[in-house]
Amino acid sequence: MSTVRAILRQAFAQMNRNKMMAAASLFSIAAILLVLGIFLIIVVNINAMARDVQDNFDQVQINLFDAVSPVESQEMMDEIGLMPGVASTEYQTREAALESWKVRWGENADLLDRMPTNPLPNSIIITLADIEYAEGVVESVNAMIGVESINYSQDTVDQLLHLARVVQIVSLIVILVLVVISITVVSNTIKLTVLAREREIVIMRYIGATNWYIRGPFLLEGIAIGIIAAVISSVAIGFIYYYAIENLGHDLAMFMPMGFVPLRFVVENLAIIFVALGVSIGACGSIISMRRFLER
Amino acid sequence: MIEYKNVSKKYGKNIGVEDISLRIDGGEFVFLVGPSGAGKSTFVKLLLKMVDADRGSIMYNGYDVTKLRPRTIPGHRRSMGIVFQDFSLLPKKTVFENIAFAMEIVQKPRNTIMKQVPMMLDIVGLREEAKKYPQELSIGEQQRVAIARSIINNPGVLIADEPTGNLDPDTGWEIMRLLEQINRRGTTVLMVTHSREIVNAMNKRVIAIRDGRLVRDERGGLYHPEYDDEPEQPKPEGALPL
Repeated sequence: MSTVRAILRQAFAQMNRNKMMAAASLFSIAAILLVLGIFLIIVVNINAMARDVQDNFDQVQINLFDAVSPVESQEMMDEIGLMPGVASTEYQTREAALESWKVRWGENADLLDRMPTNPLPNSIIITLADIEYAEGVVESVNAMIGVESINYSQDTVDQLLHLARVVQIVSLIVILVLVVISITVVSNTIKLTVLAREREIVIMRYIGATNWYIRGPFLLEGIAIGIIAAVISSVAIGFIYYYAIENLGHDLAMFMPMGFVPLRFVVENLAIIFVALGVSIGACGSIISMRRFLER
Repeated sequence: MIEYKNVSKKYGKNIGVEDISLRIDGGEFVFLVGPSGAGKSTFVKLLLKMVDADRGSIMYNGYDVTKLRPRTIPGHRRSMGIVFQDFSLLPKKTVFENIAFAMEIVQKPRNTIMKQVPMMLDIVGLREEAKKYPQELSIGEQQRVAIARSIINNPGVLIADEPTGNLDPDTGWEIMRLLEQINRRGTTVLMVTHSREIVNAMNKRVIAIRDGRLVRDERGGLYHPEYDDEPEQPKPEGALPL
Protein backbone atom coordinates (compact mmCIF):
# COMPACT_ATOMS: atom_id res chain seq x y z
CA MET A 1 0.00 0.00 0.00
CA SER A 2 2.76 2.37 0.91
CA THR A 3 4.45 1.35 -2.33
CA VAL A 4 1.39 2.34 -4.33
CA ARG A 5 1.23 5.66 -2.54
CA ALA A 6 4.91 6.29 -3.12
CA ILE A 7 4.57 5.57 -6.83
CA LEU A 8 1.48 7.78 -7.16
CA ARG A 9 3.18 10.66 -5.40
CA GLN A 10 6.14 10.42 -7.75
CA ALA A 11 3.95 10.27 -10.85
CA PHE A 12 2.22 13.54 -10.08
CA ALA A 13 5.41 15.28 -9.02
CA GLN A 14 6.90 14.16 -12.31
CA MET A 15 4.07 15.50 -14.47
CA ASN A 16 4.26 18.78 -12.66
CA ARG A 17 7.98 19.04 -13.39
CA ASN A 18 7.53 18.32 -17.08
CA LYS A 19 4.54 20.43 -17.91
CA MET A 20 5.57 21.21 -21.48
CA MET A 21 6.38 17.61 -22.29
CA ALA A 22 3.22 16.35 -20.71
CA ALA A 23 1.22 18.92 -22.69
CA ALA A 24 2.89 17.86 -25.96
CA SER A 25 2.02 14.19 -25.38
CA LEU A 26 -1.43 15.11 -24.25
CA PHE A 27 -2.26 17.05 -27.38
CA SER A 28 -0.82 14.47 -29.72
CA ILE A 29 -2.94 11.76 -28.14
CA ALA A 30 -6.01 13.99 -28.06
CA ALA A 31 -5.59 14.91 -31.75
CA ILE A 32 -5.27 11.28 -32.73
CA LEU A 33 -8.31 10.27 -30.72
CA LEU A 34 -10.25 13.06 -32.37
CA VAL A 35 -9.40 11.87 -35.88
CA LEU A 36 -10.25 8.37 -34.82
CA GLY A 37 -13.55 9.58 -33.42
CA ILE A 38 -14.48 11.26 -36.68
CA PHE A 39 -13.77 8.07 -38.61
CA LEU A 40 -15.79 6.04 -36.17
CA ILE A 41 -18.74 8.42 -36.44
CA ILE A 42 -18.71 8.06 -40.21
CA VAL A 43 -18.56 4.28 -39.96
CA VAL A 44 -21.34 4.12 -37.41
CA ASN A 45 -23.61 6.33 -39.51
CA ILE A 46 -23.02 4.43 -42.71
CA ASN A 47 -23.78 1.20 -40.88
CA ALA A 48 -26.97 2.71 -39.51
CA MET A 49 -27.90 3.90 -42.97
CA ALA A 50 -27.41 0.44 -44.41
CA ARG A 51 -29.53 -1.03 -41.67
CA ASP A 52 -32.30 1.51 -42.29
CA VAL A 53 -32.31 0.70 -45.96
CA GLN A 54 -32.49 -2.96 -45.16
CA ASP A 55 -35.43 -2.44 -42.80
CA ASN A 56 -37.45 -0.03 -44.87
CA PHE A 57 -36.85 -0.85 -48.49
CA ASP A 58 -38.37 -4.24 -48.33
CA GLN A 59 -40.36 -3.79 -51.51
CA VAL A 60 -39.96 -5.49 -54.87
CA GLN A 61 -41.37 -3.87 -57.97
CA ILE A 62 -42.40 -6.15 -60.84
CA ASN A 63 -42.62 -4.29 -64.14
CA LEU A 64 -45.06 -5.88 -66.55
CA PHE A 65 -45.15 -5.94 -70.34
CA ASP A 66 -47.83 -3.67 -71.80
CA ALA A 67 -49.51 -6.73 -73.32
CA VAL A 68 -50.41 -8.12 -69.91
CA SER A 69 -54.09 -7.55 -69.30
CA PRO A 70 -55.58 -6.46 -65.96
CA VAL A 71 -57.12 -9.90 -65.52
CA GLU A 72 -53.82 -11.60 -66.16
CA SER A 73 -52.07 -9.30 -63.76
CA GLN A 74 -54.68 -10.02 -61.09
CA GLU A 75 -53.96 -13.74 -61.57
CA MET A 76 -50.26 -13.06 -61.19
CA MET A 77 -50.89 -11.10 -58.00
CA ASP A 78 -52.91 -13.96 -56.56
CA GLU A 79 -50.11 -16.37 -57.34
CA ILE A 80 -47.44 -14.08 -55.89
CA GLY A 81 -49.51 -13.54 -52.77
CA LEU A 82 -49.11 -17.25 -51.98
CA MET A 83 -45.32 -17.21 -52.16
CA PRO A 84 -43.47 -17.48 -48.85
CA GLY A 85 -42.35 -14.15 -47.42
CA VAL A 86 -44.80 -12.00 -49.32
CA ALA A 87 -46.75 -9.73 -46.99
CA SER A 88 -48.92 -7.94 -49.55
CA THR A 89 -49.16 -7.07 -53.20
CA GLU A 90 -50.44 -3.95 -54.88
CA TYR A 91 -51.09 -3.08 -58.48
CA GLN A 92 -49.65 0.21 -59.69
CA THR A 93 -50.81 1.59 -63.04
CA ARG A 94 -48.31 3.39 -65.23
CA GLU A 95 -50.22 6.63 -64.60
CA ALA A 96 -49.98 6.20 -60.84
CA ALA A 97 -46.28 5.44 -61.24
CA LEU A 98 -45.74 8.67 -63.17
CA GLU A 99 -47.57 10.62 -60.47
CA SER A 100 -45.35 9.21 -57.75
CA TRP A 101 -42.27 10.07 -59.81
CA LYS A 102 -43.54 13.63 -60.15
CA VAL A 103 -43.95 13.85 -56.40
CA ARG A 104 -40.45 12.53 -55.86
CA TRP A 105 -38.89 14.86 -58.43
CA GLY A 106 -40.65 17.86 -56.95
CA GLU A 107 -39.45 21.06 -58.62
CA ASN A 108 -38.10 19.17 -61.59
CA ALA A 109 -41.39 17.40 -62.29
CA ASP A 110 -42.11 19.48 -65.40
CA LEU A 111 -39.32 17.56 -67.13
CA LEU A 112 -41.58 14.52 -66.93
CA ASP A 113 -44.50 16.50 -68.36
CA ARG A 114 -42.52 17.29 -71.44
CA MET A 115 -42.15 13.64 -72.38
CA PRO A 116 -44.36 12.67 -75.29
CA THR A 117 -45.51 9.36 -73.81
CA ASN A 118 -45.40 7.84 -70.37
CA PRO A 119 -42.31 5.60 -70.41
CA LEU A 120 -43.25 3.80 -67.23
CA PRO A 121 -44.79 0.33 -67.23
CA ASN A 122 -47.64 -1.03 -65.18
CA SER A 123 -46.29 -2.86 -62.18
CA ILE A 124 -47.01 -5.01 -59.20
CA ILE A 125 -45.46 -3.84 -55.94
CA ILE A 126 -44.73 -6.63 -53.49
CA THR A 127 -44.11 -5.83 -49.85
CA LEU A 128 -41.99 -8.49 -48.25
CA ALA A 129 -42.30 -9.73 -44.71
CA ASP A 130 -38.51 -9.45 -44.60
CA ILE A 131 -35.85 -8.49 -47.10
CA GLU A 132 -34.32 -11.94 -46.68
CA TYR A 133 -37.11 -13.33 -48.84
CA ALA A 134 -36.25 -11.00 -51.72
CA GLU A 135 -33.99 -13.43 -53.57
CA GLY A 136 -36.49 -16.28 -53.52
CA VAL A 137 -39.44 -14.14 -54.53
CA VAL A 138 -37.51 -12.48 -57.33
CA GLU A 139 -36.44 -15.85 -58.65
CA SER A 140 -39.97 -17.25 -58.68
CA VAL A 141 -41.44 -14.11 -60.19
CA ASN A 142 -38.77 -14.03 -62.86
CA ALA A 143 -40.04 -17.36 -64.17
CA MET A 144 -43.55 -15.98 -64.73
CA ILE A 145 -44.76 -14.95 -68.17
CA GLY A 146 -45.43 -11.26 -68.68
CA VAL A 147 -42.64 -9.97 -66.39
CA GLU A 148 -40.52 -7.37 -68.13
CA SER A 149 -38.12 -6.53 -65.31
CA ILE A 150 -37.79 -6.49 -61.54
CA ASN A 151 -36.49 -3.66 -59.30
CA TYR A 152 -35.62 -4.21 -55.72
CA SER A 153 -33.37 -2.52 -53.22
CA GLN A 154 -31.03 -5.42 -52.54
CA ASP A 155 -28.44 -3.79 -54.80
CA THR A 156 -28.61 -0.56 -52.87
CA VAL A 157 -28.29 -2.39 -49.59
CA ASP A 158 -25.37 -4.39 -50.92
CA GLN A 159 -23.67 -1.24 -52.15
CA LEU A 160 -24.15 0.50 -48.85
CA LEU A 161 -22.88 -2.47 -46.87
CA HIS A 162 -19.92 -2.66 -49.21
CA LEU A 163 -19.25 1.04 -48.72
CA ALA A 164 -19.51 0.60 -44.98
CA ARG A 165 -16.99 -2.21 -45.12
CA VAL A 166 -14.55 -0.18 -47.22
CA VAL A 167 -14.83 2.75 -44.85
CA GLN A 168 -14.31 0.41 -41.91
CA ILE A 169 -11.15 -1.08 -43.39
CA VAL A 170 -9.74 2.27 -44.43
CA SER A 171 -10.41 3.77 -41.04
CA LEU A 172 -8.95 0.76 -39.30
CA ILE A 173 -5.72 1.22 -41.25
CA VAL A 174 -5.67 4.97 -40.62
CA ILE A 175 -6.35 4.39 -36.95
CA LEU A 176 -3.57 1.82 -36.64
CA VAL A 177 -1.11 4.18 -38.28
CA LEU A 178 -2.21 6.98 -36.00
CA VAL A 179 -1.88 4.80 -32.92
CA VAL A 180 1.66 3.84 -33.87
CA ILE A 181 2.53 7.49 -34.47
CA SER A 182 1.11 8.57 -31.18
CA ILE A 183 2.91 5.83 -29.27
CA THR A 184 6.13 7.05 -30.87
CA VAL A 185 5.39 10.65 -29.93
CA VAL A 186 4.53 9.75 -26.37
CA SER A 187 7.48 7.44 -25.92
CA ASN A 188 9.86 10.09 -27.23
CA THR A 189 8.35 12.66 -24.95
CA ILE A 190 8.64 10.42 -21.94
CA LYS A 191 12.14 9.41 -23.01
CA LEU A 192 13.18 13.02 -22.53
CA THR A 193 11.88 12.83 -18.99
CA VAL A 194 13.61 9.53 -18.49
CA LEU A 195 16.90 10.86 -19.85
CA ALA A 196 16.71 13.81 -17.50
CA ARG A 197 16.35 11.34 -14.67
CA GLU A 198 18.73 8.65 -15.92
CA ARG A 199 21.02 9.18 -12.95
CA GLU A 200 18.22 8.66 -10.52
CA ILE A 201 17.15 5.53 -12.35
CA VAL A 202 20.66 4.12 -12.17
CA ILE A 203 20.83 4.89 -8.46
CA MET A 204 17.48 3.19 -7.95
CA ARG A 205 18.75 0.13 -9.79
CA TYR A 206 21.90 0.02 -7.67
CA ILE A 207 19.83 0.15 -4.53
CA GLY A 208 17.73 -2.74 -5.79
CA ALA A 209 14.48 -1.14 -6.92
CA THR A 210 12.51 -3.48 -9.17
CA ASN A 211 11.78 -2.56 -12.77
CA TRP A 212 8.14 -2.00 -11.95
CA TYR A 213 9.00 0.23 -9.05
CA ILE A 214 11.17 2.40 -11.28
CA ARG A 215 8.72 2.23 -14.15
CA GLY A 216 5.67 2.89 -12.00
CA PRO A 217 5.75 6.69 -11.90
CA PHE A 218 6.55 6.95 -15.62
CA LEU A 219 3.82 4.48 -16.45
CA LEU A 220 1.29 6.37 -14.36
CA GLU A 221 2.38 9.58 -15.99
CA GLY A 222 1.66 8.06 -19.40
CA ILE A 223 -1.68 6.68 -18.27
CA ALA A 224 -2.75 9.97 -16.68
CA ILE A 225 -1.86 11.82 -19.87
CA GLY A 226 -3.89 9.27 -21.83
CA ILE A 227 -6.94 9.72 -19.62
CA ILE A 228 -6.83 13.50 -19.76
CA ALA A 229 -6.43 13.37 -23.55
CA ALA A 230 -9.44 11.03 -23.74
CA VAL A 231 -11.59 13.41 -21.73
CA ILE A 232 -10.59 16.38 -23.87
CA SER A 233 -11.22 14.58 -27.14
CA SER A 234 -14.54 13.16 -25.92
CA VAL A 235 -15.81 16.66 -25.20
CA ALA A 236 -14.43 17.93 -28.50
CA ILE A 237 -15.97 15.11 -30.53
CA GLY A 238 -19.31 15.79 -28.84
CA PHE A 239 -19.22 19.40 -30.02
CA ILE A 240 -18.03 18.45 -33.51
CA TYR A 241 -20.79 15.89 -33.95
CA TYR A 242 -23.40 18.24 -32.54
CA TYR A 243 -22.48 20.99 -35.02
CA ALA A 244 -22.15 18.52 -37.87
CA ILE A 245 -25.73 17.37 -37.34
CA GLU A 246 -26.94 20.94 -36.98
CA ASN A 247 -25.25 22.23 -40.09
CA LEU A 248 -24.98 19.27 -42.44
CA GLY A 249 -28.14 17.57 -41.28
CA HIS A 250 -30.36 19.14 -43.95
CA ASP A 251 -28.05 18.34 -46.81
CA LEU A 252 -27.60 14.77 -45.74
CA ALA A 253 -31.20 14.16 -44.67
CA MET A 254 -32.21 12.61 -48.00
CA PHE A 255 -29.57 9.90 -47.55
CA MET A 256 -30.46 9.38 -43.95
CA PRO A 257 -34.16 8.53 -43.82
CA MET A 258 -33.89 7.58 -40.17
CA GLY A 259 -31.61 10.46 -39.20
CA PHE A 260 -28.19 10.39 -37.54
CA VAL A 261 -27.08 8.02 -34.86
CA PRO A 262 -27.97 9.87 -31.64
CA LEU A 263 -25.34 12.21 -30.20
CA ARG A 264 -25.47 10.76 -26.71
CA PHE A 265 -25.04 7.18 -27.86
CA VAL A 266 -22.05 8.17 -29.99
CA VAL A 267 -20.33 10.29 -27.35
CA GLU A 268 -20.85 7.76 -24.57
CA ASN A 269 -19.38 4.94 -26.59
CA LEU A 270 -16.56 7.00 -28.01
CA ALA A 271 -15.62 8.16 -24.52
CA ILE A 272 -15.16 4.54 -23.45
CA ILE A 273 -13.09 3.77 -26.54
CA PHE A 274 -11.03 6.94 -26.07
CA VAL A 275 -10.19 6.18 -22.46
CA ALA A 276 -9.21 2.62 -23.28
CA LEU A 277 -7.08 3.73 -26.19
CA GLY A 278 -5.60 6.78 -24.46
CA VAL A 279 -4.53 4.66 -21.51
CA SER A 280 -3.00 2.03 -23.79
CA ILE A 281 -1.13 4.59 -25.85
CA GLY A 282 0.18 6.35 -22.75
CA ALA A 283 1.20 3.10 -21.08
CA CYS A 284 2.87 1.64 -24.19
CA GLY A 285 4.67 4.93 -24.80
CA SER A 286 6.18 4.99 -21.36
CA ILE A 287 7.12 1.32 -21.29
CA ILE A 288 8.86 1.62 -24.65
CA SER A 289 10.73 4.74 -23.62
CA MET A 290 12.11 3.03 -20.52
CA ARG A 291 13.13 -0.28 -21.98
CA ARG A 292 16.76 0.52 -22.43
CA PHE A 293 17.24 1.83 -18.92
CA LEU A 294 16.03 -1.24 -17.12
CA GLU A 295 17.04 -4.82 -16.52
CA ARG A 296 16.70 -6.96 -19.60
CA MET B 1 30.71 -15.27 1.31
CA ILE B 2 31.97 -13.86 -1.99
CA GLU B 3 33.99 -15.99 -4.37
CA TYR B 4 35.12 -15.02 -7.85
CA LYS B 5 36.24 -17.94 -10.01
CA ASN B 6 38.06 -17.20 -13.28
CA VAL B 7 35.87 -14.21 -13.95
CA SER B 8 36.43 -12.28 -17.18
CA LYS B 9 34.59 -9.37 -18.69
CA LYS B 10 35.41 -7.48 -21.85
CA TYR B 11 33.79 -4.37 -23.27
CA GLY B 12 34.25 -4.91 -26.98
CA LYS B 13 38.04 -5.15 -27.23
CA ASN B 14 38.69 -3.43 -23.92
CA ILE B 15 39.41 -5.60 -20.96
CA GLY B 16 37.27 -5.02 -17.91
CA VAL B 17 38.60 -7.81 -15.75
CA GLU B 18 40.58 -10.85 -16.84
CA ASP B 19 40.53 -14.22 -15.12
CA ILE B 20 39.98 -12.98 -11.60
CA SER B 21 39.73 -15.55 -8.82
CA LEU B 22 39.50 -14.61 -5.15
CA ARG B 23 37.50 -15.15 -2.03
CA ILE B 24 36.22 -12.69 0.54
CA ASP B 25 34.90 -14.07 3.81
CA GLY B 26 32.05 -12.72 5.87
CA GLY B 27 33.08 -9.88 8.19
CA GLU B 28 36.23 -8.97 6.28
CA PHE B 29 37.29 -5.43 5.48
CA VAL B 30 38.87 -5.36 2.05
CA PHE B 31 40.45 -2.57 0.05
CA LEU B 32 40.32 -2.82 -3.71
CA VAL B 33 43.09 -0.71 -5.26
CA GLY B 34 44.59 -0.08 -8.66
CA PRO B 35 45.05 2.65 -11.24
CA SER B 36 42.11 4.19 -13.06
CA GLY B 37 40.73 1.84 -15.69
CA ALA B 38 42.28 -1.17 -14.00
CA GLY B 39 38.93 -2.87 -13.66
CA LYS B 40 37.93 -1.92 -10.12
CA SER B 41 34.54 -0.62 -11.19
CA THR B 42 33.94 -3.65 -13.37
CA PHE B 43 34.82 -5.86 -10.41
CA VAL B 44 32.16 -4.12 -8.32
CA LYS B 45 29.57 -3.94 -11.11
CA LEU B 46 29.93 -7.67 -11.71
CA LEU B 47 29.16 -8.36 -8.09
CA LEU B 48 26.08 -6.14 -8.32
CA LYS B 49 25.13 -7.65 -11.67
CA MET B 50 25.11 -4.21 -13.26
CA VAL B 51 27.18 -5.89 -16.00
CA ASP B 52 27.26 -9.54 -17.05
CA ALA B 53 30.41 -11.64 -16.87
CA ASP B 54 31.69 -13.21 -20.08
CA ARG B 55 33.21 -16.15 -18.24
CA GLY B 56 33.55 -17.51 -14.74
CA SER B 57 31.30 -17.57 -11.74
CA ILE B 58 30.71 -15.31 -8.76
CA MET B 59 29.31 -17.13 -5.77
CA TYR B 60 27.59 -14.97 -3.20
CA ASN B 61 25.72 -16.35 -0.19
CA GLY B 62 25.44 -19.70 -1.90
CA TYR B 63 24.23 -18.64 -5.33
CA ASP B 64 25.95 -17.74 -8.58
CA VAL B 65 25.51 -14.05 -9.32
CA THR B 66 26.35 -14.54 -13.00
CA LYS B 67 23.34 -16.85 -13.35
CA LEU B 68 20.76 -14.61 -11.72
CA ARG B 69 17.54 -14.10 -13.62
CA PRO B 70 16.48 -10.48 -14.24
CA ARG B 71 13.61 -10.90 -11.83
CA THR B 72 15.87 -11.80 -8.94
CA ILE B 73 18.49 -9.11 -9.54
CA PRO B 74 16.79 -6.36 -7.49
CA GLY B 75 16.56 -8.70 -4.50
CA HIS B 76 20.23 -9.54 -4.91
CA ARG B 77 21.22 -5.87 -4.89
CA ARG B 78 19.11 -5.19 -1.82
CA SER B 79 21.20 -7.68 0.11
CA MET B 80 24.13 -5.29 -0.32
CA GLY B 81 24.70 -1.70 0.62
CA ILE B 82 26.31 0.61 -1.91
CA VAL B 83 28.09 3.92 -1.50
CA PHE B 84 29.58 5.79 -4.44
CA GLN B 85 32.12 8.54 -4.69
CA ASP B 86 29.37 10.87 -5.86
CA PHE B 87 26.36 9.85 -7.84
CA SER B 88 24.66 8.60 -4.81
CA LEU B 89 21.71 10.54 -3.47
CA LEU B 90 18.44 11.29 -5.22
CA PRO B 91 18.53 15.07 -5.63
CA LYS B 92 14.80 15.64 -5.40
CA LYS B 93 14.40 13.82 -2.14
CA THR B 94 15.27 15.11 1.30
CA VAL B 95 17.87 13.43 3.49
CA PHE B 96 15.09 11.61 5.31
CA GLU B 97 13.41 10.55 2.07
CA ASN B 98 16.67 9.35 0.57
CA ILE B 99 17.22 6.98 3.45
CA ALA B 100 13.54 6.05 3.62
CA PHE B 101 13.63 5.25 -0.08
CA ALA B 102 15.87 2.24 0.48
CA MET B 103 13.30 0.97 2.96
CA GLU B 104 10.34 1.77 0.72
CA ILE B 105 11.67 -0.39 -2.07
CA VAL B 106 11.90 -3.37 0.26
CA GLN B 107 8.36 -2.53 1.36
CA LYS B 108 9.04 -1.80 4.99
CA PRO B 109 5.92 -0.50 6.73
CA ARG B 110 5.62 3.24 7.14
CA ASN B 111 5.89 3.22 10.92
CA THR B 112 9.06 1.13 10.81
CA ILE B 113 10.50 3.68 8.41
CA MET B 114 9.46 6.56 10.66
CA LYS B 115 11.22 4.87 13.58
CA GLN B 116 14.39 3.58 11.99
CA VAL B 117 15.39 6.48 9.76
CA PRO B 118 15.81 8.93 12.67
CA MET B 119 17.82 6.29 14.54
CA MET B 120 20.08 5.91 11.56
CA LEU B 121 20.40 9.67 11.25
CA ASP B 122 21.58 9.73 14.85
CA ILE B 123 24.22 7.11 14.12
CA VAL B 124 25.67 9.17 11.26
CA GLY B 125 25.15 12.40 13.22
CA LEU B 126 22.71 14.09 10.86
CA ARG B 127 19.51 14.23 12.86
CA GLU B 128 19.21 18.00 12.36
CA GLU B 129 19.56 17.73 8.59
CA ALA B 130 16.65 15.33 7.99
CA LYS B 131 14.55 17.83 6.06
CA LYS B 132 17.36 19.25 3.95
CA TYR B 133 18.02 18.34 0.34
CA PRO B 134 21.35 16.75 -0.61
CA GLN B 135 22.65 19.87 -2.33
CA GLU B 136 22.21 21.83 0.90
CA LEU B 137 24.67 19.55 2.67
CA SER B 138 28.45 19.43 2.59
CA ILE B 139 29.97 16.61 0.56
CA GLY B 140 30.99 14.81 3.72
CA GLU B 141 27.47 15.03 5.08
CA GLN B 142 26.10 13.77 1.78
CA GLN B 143 28.41 10.81 2.00
CA ARG B 144 27.20 10.05 5.50
CA VAL B 145 23.63 10.10 4.24
CA ALA B 146 24.64 7.68 1.50
CA ILE B 147 26.22 5.38 4.06
CA ALA B 148 23.15 5.62 6.26
CA ARG B 149 21.00 4.62 3.31
CA SER B 150 23.31 1.79 2.34
CA ILE B 151 23.14 0.10 5.75
CA ILE B 152 19.57 0.86 6.77
CA ASN B 153 18.41 -2.57 5.59
CA ASN B 154 21.27 -4.36 7.38
CA PRO B 155 23.09 -5.66 4.32
CA GLY B 156 25.64 -8.44 4.64
CA VAL B 157 28.07 -6.55 2.44
CA LEU B 158 28.78 -2.87 2.10
CA ILE B 159 30.38 -1.85 -1.18
CA ALA B 160 31.98 1.57 -1.08
CA ASP B 161 33.31 2.89 -4.38
CA GLU B 162 35.84 5.59 -3.51
CA PRO B 163 33.71 6.92 -0.68
CA THR B 164 36.42 9.38 0.39
CA GLY B 165 37.48 10.42 -3.09
CA ASN B 166 35.86 13.85 -2.98
CA LEU B 167 36.42 14.56 0.68
CA ASP B 168 38.93 16.59 2.61
CA PRO B 169 41.15 14.45 4.84
CA ASP B 170 39.33 15.05 8.13
CA THR B 171 35.98 14.21 6.63
CA GLY B 172 37.56 11.25 4.89
CA TRP B 173 38.72 9.83 8.20
CA GLU B 174 35.28 10.42 9.68
CA ILE B 175 33.83 8.28 6.92
CA MET B 176 36.49 5.62 7.50
CA ARG B 177 35.63 5.49 11.20
CA LEU B 178 32.00 5.04 10.25
CA LEU B 179 32.88 2.22 7.84
CA GLU B 180 35.04 0.51 10.44
CA GLN B 181 32.23 0.76 12.94
CA ILE B 182 29.89 -0.85 10.44
CA ASN B 183 32.47 -3.57 9.76
CA ARG B 184 32.76 -4.26 13.48
CA ARG B 185 29.03 -4.98 13.59
CA GLY B 186 29.76 -7.88 11.25
CA THR B 187 29.12 -6.31 7.86
CA THR B 188 31.63 -7.22 5.19
CA VAL B 189 33.12 -4.05 3.71
CA LEU B 190 34.57 -3.88 0.22
CA MET B 191 36.05 -0.47 -0.41
CA VAL B 192 37.50 0.78 -3.67
CA THR B 193 40.06 3.49 -3.03
CA HIS B 194 43.00 5.44 -4.30
CA SER B 195 44.09 6.68 -0.91
CA ARG B 196 47.51 5.51 0.14
CA GLU B 197 47.14 7.01 3.60
CA ILE B 198 43.92 5.24 4.35
CA VAL B 199 45.15 1.87 3.08
CA ASN B 200 48.39 2.13 5.00
CA ALA B 201 46.78 3.31 8.20
CA MET B 202 43.94 0.82 8.33
CA ASN B 203 46.07 -2.30 8.02
CA LYS B 204 43.44 -4.39 6.25
CA ARG B 205 43.43 -6.86 3.40
CA VAL B 206 44.43 -5.20 0.11
CA ILE B 207 43.47 -6.54 -3.29
CA ALA B 208 45.20 -4.87 -6.22
CA ILE B 209 44.03 -5.02 -9.81
CA ARG B 210 45.94 -3.82 -12.83
CA ASP B 211 44.86 -4.13 -16.48
CA GLY B 212 42.00 -6.27 -15.32
CA ARG B 213 44.19 -8.81 -13.57
CA LEU B 214 44.66 -9.55 -9.90
CA VAL B 215 48.25 -8.52 -9.13
CA ARG B 216 48.38 -8.65 -5.34
CA ASP B 217 46.25 -9.89 -2.46
CA GLU B 218 47.73 -9.31 0.99
CA ARG B 219 46.36 -9.20 4.48
CA GLY B 220 47.53 -6.14 6.35
CA GLY B 221 48.83 -4.93 3.01
CA LEU B 222 50.30 -1.60 2.18
CA TYR B 223 49.64 0.74 -0.69
CA HIS B 224 52.20 0.32 -3.46
CA PRO B 225 53.14 3.15 -5.79
CA GLU B 226 52.20 0.97 -8.75
CA TYR B 227 48.55 1.33 -7.78
CA ASP B 228 48.69 5.01 -8.67
CA ASP B 229 47.82 6.45 -12.05
CA GLU B 230 50.93 8.64 -12.00
CA PRO B 231 54.36 7.96 -10.60
CA GLU B 232 54.47 9.08 -7.02
CA GLN B 233 54.86 12.81 -6.54
CA PRO B 234 56.66 14.11 -3.49
CA LYS B 235 54.07 15.62 -1.21
CA PRO B 236 54.73 19.07 0.20
CA GLU B 237 55.72 19.11 3.84
CA GLY B 238 52.76 19.13 6.20
CA ALA B 239 50.25 17.94 3.62
CA LEU B 240 47.24 16.37 5.21
CA PRO B 241 46.95 12.64 4.81
CA LEU B 242 44.64 11.48 1.97
